[in-house]
Formats: sequence, C-alpha cells, structure tokens
Amino acid sequence: MGLPISEMLSTEGKWFGRLGDAADSILSTRVRLARNLKGMRFPGRALEEELSGVIHRVENAAVAIPELEGRPLVQMAGLPVLQRQFLLERHLISYDLASNAGHCGLIFAADESVSVMINEEDHLRIQSLRSGFHLDECFAAASRLDEQLESSLEYAFSDDFGYLTACPTNVGTGLRASVLVHLPALVLTRKIKKVLAGVSQVGLAVRGFYGEGTDVLGNFFQISNQITLGEKESQALLNLERVVRQLLDYESKARDMLLKDAGRQIRDKVMRALGVFSHAYLLSTEEAIGLASAIRLGLTLEMPGLPPVEMINEILLCSQPAHLQLMAEHEMSSEERNAARAELIRERLSHHAAA
Amino acid sequence: MKCQHCNVAEATIHVKEVKNDKVSELHLCEKCAREKGYHSLVEKGKLSIASQLVWMAENLYPEGTARMGTVRCADCGLKYSEFMKTGRLGCPSCYREFSAQLKQILRRVHGAVRHVGKAPGQEGVQFERRREIQRLHEELERAIEREEYEKAARLRDRIRAVEASASPEGEPVDEAARTPEAPQE
Repeated sequence: MGLPISEMLSTEGKWFGRLGDAADSILSTRVRLARNLKGMRFPGRALEEELSGVIHRVENAAVAIPELEGRPLVQMAGLPVLQRQFLLERHLISYDLASNAGHCGLIFAADESVSVMINEEDHLRIQSLRSGFHLDECFAAASRLDEQLESSLEYAFSDDFGYLTACPTNVGTGLRASVLVHLPALVLTRKIKKVLAGVSQVGLAVRGFYGEGTDVLGNFFQISNQITLGEKESQALLNLERVVRQLLDYESKARDMLLKDAGRQIRDKVMRALGVFSHAYLLSTEEAIGLASAIRLGLTLEMPGLPPVEMINEILLCSQPAHLQLMAEHEMSSEERNAARAELIRERLSHHAAA
Repeated sequence: MKCQHCNVAEATIHVKEVKNDKVSELHLCEKCAREKGYHSLVEKGKLSIASQLVWMAENLYPEGTARMGTVRCADCGLKYSEFMKTGRLGCPSCYREFSAQLKQILRRVHGAVRHVGKAPGQEGVQFERRREIQRLHEELERAIEREEYEKAARLRDRIRAVEASASPEGEPVDEAARTPEAPQE
C-alpha cells in the first residue's frame, strides 16, 4: 500500500505539533528498540522469501495493536524516491531503509509518535518520538509497543546476551535513546568541542541533525546512549538525561556570557536572521536551518517580536525538499525548491505578524 | 599515572590486552597511544562501528582471528571472517557459535558481557530471579574463598528464599541458575 500523503501533510494532531518540556532547547526525543525473530536469519543474510515472511508476520502482529490497527503497511519496494525521502525527513525511516529497494517496510501510528521499521538492519526497529525532552515517556511508548508485538511474535533472546541483534553494538537491551538538542550559545562561544568531547567520554555518542555520519546543521546535536549490554534501560535513560541536563546548564551559562559580552551583536544577529527569514525570495535548506537556529537562540534570550518555537519547528519540517515537492504535487529543481521554501516561510511568518 | 611509553605525559588511555591467553595492561598518553596504533581508542566515535569491530578483532586477537576466520556458524553459514568485514552477524545462533570471540568484543564495546534489564514477557520475571540467584551464588563463592562463613550462611539462606519464590508451585528451579559459571552450551 502507498503512503497516506495528504493525511501526513496535515500537521494536525501529530507528535511534533505538541510542545514538550524544554522545547526551546530540545527539538525532540527518540527511543528505538532493536528486535529480531527467533530462529530467523537477520535481514542482511536472509533470503527474499524469508524477508517477506518477516514482513507478513509483523503485519499480522500489528493488526491486533490499537495504535496500529487499520494502518497501512508501507512496502519500501516500489515506493517512489520522493516518498522515501519524505519519510526520512520525518524521521520515520533511516537512510538505510530509504535506499533499500528490497523487502522492507514501515508501519506507523496516525500521529506518527510510534512506528516499526521492518527488515532494516534488524527484523524490527520499534521507534517512539516525542517533542521536547521526554525520555521516560518515549521509552514507555516504545516498550509498550514492544510488549504488544511480542504477544504474537517470538523474539531472539538469550539469557547471557539479551535481545540478539545483527550488530553486536546493539545487543542486550537493543535500546538507542537520543535527544536532539540545540546548542547555539556553546557553538558561538567556541566551547562546544570541549563540552562534546566530555559527552563521548561518558559513553554517549554525538551526531548531526540527520543522524549517523551526517554533518551537524544549525547547531543541532543528537546525543544518544551507546552501551546496550550490562546496563539496564532505566540506567541508560538516566545517564542520558543527566548529561543532557548538564548540557542545557552549560548552554544557559554560555548564553549569559554572550548577553553580557556581546548582547548587542547577538540581538543584531537574531533580528537580521528574522529579516532574511521573513523577506527572502530564495532560501536553501542549509540557510533556512541556520536562520531558524538564530531565531531559536533569540527565543531562548526572550527577545520580543519573534515567531513561537512551534512555528519554527513546523517550518523546519515542512520546508524540507520532499515535503515541498509533495505539497506542490510535482517535482522541482533546486532553484524552484528554494523559491517555494522562501514563499512558504514568508507566508507563515506574515500570518504570525498579522495575528 | 604517567604514560608507560614516554614517562612524561599523563596516561589517559588504558588498554587491556589479551595475547596468548595472557592479560596485560598498558597505560599510555594520547600521543603514544596513537603512535602504538591504538587510534580507535583515542578517536573512539570518529570511526564507524563496523571498522572499530574489525580493528579490535584483528589487532587484539590476531591468533584467534587466524584460527577463527574460516569457522562458520552452523545455522546460517556465516564465516567469522565475513563478520569481521561487515561487523554484522548472520543470525541469532551466531552469538552462540562465536561466543568466545564476541565476548571479548562485547567487553570492549559495552564494558560488559551479560545482559541486564528487560526480557521477553513471562520470561522476564524468571530472568530477573535467575540473575539474582546467579549473583548470590557468585557472592557465596567469594565468601567461602575468604572463609567468611557467617556471611556465606546468610547468602545460602537468601538463595533458598529467592529460589522458593521463583517456584511457587514447587516447580524445580532452572538448573542453569545453580551452576553460575557453567560453560556456554
């Protein structure tokens, strides 16, 4: 079945439309659990019929789950490139799944807060997403879905190694919890390298906006746990929470320093960004993310006259390439996209100014 | 602690090596660690996970690697050398087939070789109890070694109590729990 595009393009009732804790500095919280079926080869080594068997079994298990009942199973094979890109932009699938033409799929709840990737590196990647800082809530949602699926699927599990995964870096709890945090003041005060080096010392990983192996855009950093064996889920979540709280604390101190030493320059930077954001006729993704980052910084400094953080988040989401093209219902060149992006942003911000 | 190699800088990289069944420890500064080829320890996180695994397998256990390279998983046929190339295992049984090598890698990646935390459904409760009993047995052995007999007696009673609660209908307790250091499969 195809993607329910028009339903997805309406932002009503989606997880990212809700404003979470610490929303001015934390964009989103994500938890994923890696699971595999007992006695089955992992996707990377399985035959095609085994893979389609896995999809079938997961689909049947999902039918019985209230949040996923009646939701279409999206088969990646045959899904147009633009729609794959769209799912990737919404954090519903990984790069690997987006570029995989084989037997893999996705099921997700209507509000997109929970989803299951099928036949990525593991048979199941159960995922939960929340706006703001909500590690426990996010884990609880993923864990509940895990248990519901488990009532009709038998997982590969050993007493010694826990949940067995294709890559030994995930074995044990199969848990990867990550928080997308915005740290502009630490970047501006050139403290970020030192701070992030400290984060990796305590066994956490730092990645860019899009996840593994991608560049950091707009001062957004993804902090996640790496240890999955010998550490309980609750402990991993607690460690991550502590470190993120500490990062927020450092960020707030850096902000105070910025205001004290360069208040005028910072305010100027923020308002110039708002000016370009509201009036430009061509904006690339990178530029838009950079400007949005500056405006978010202004929001944390409680500067007046700025659009609310929900609006910035929505603009960042909707102005991504595949989003723009699916909204316009036709493919666009890079320049056409830059024009459409600038138009979308101008329009949203003028509504805000008028209101 | 000073770096064992240059004796000047502070040692920040601590390496535990297993060669020919002998464990040795190295304490190095960042510069010497790089020179001696422990790049992945210095730049942990910069390297991809798969290449880290491969690096570990090749550099830490060279004899094991040569011996293990052609060993195949009895279930899915994956060669150990293939795992070293991709960093990905073939099936759940690979964990049993390559258990000894994987344990060394897991210890390095996670600092542990045993799962704690969530377990599937009904098994979960049993699992937690088995773990608890296992832990108590280990403590008991240590107490006996140290001739702390009072403590040992208390631990023995505690083990009985946990075992009793684990089998409310008088079911026999899983034998694995009684022999904590039982060899793998």
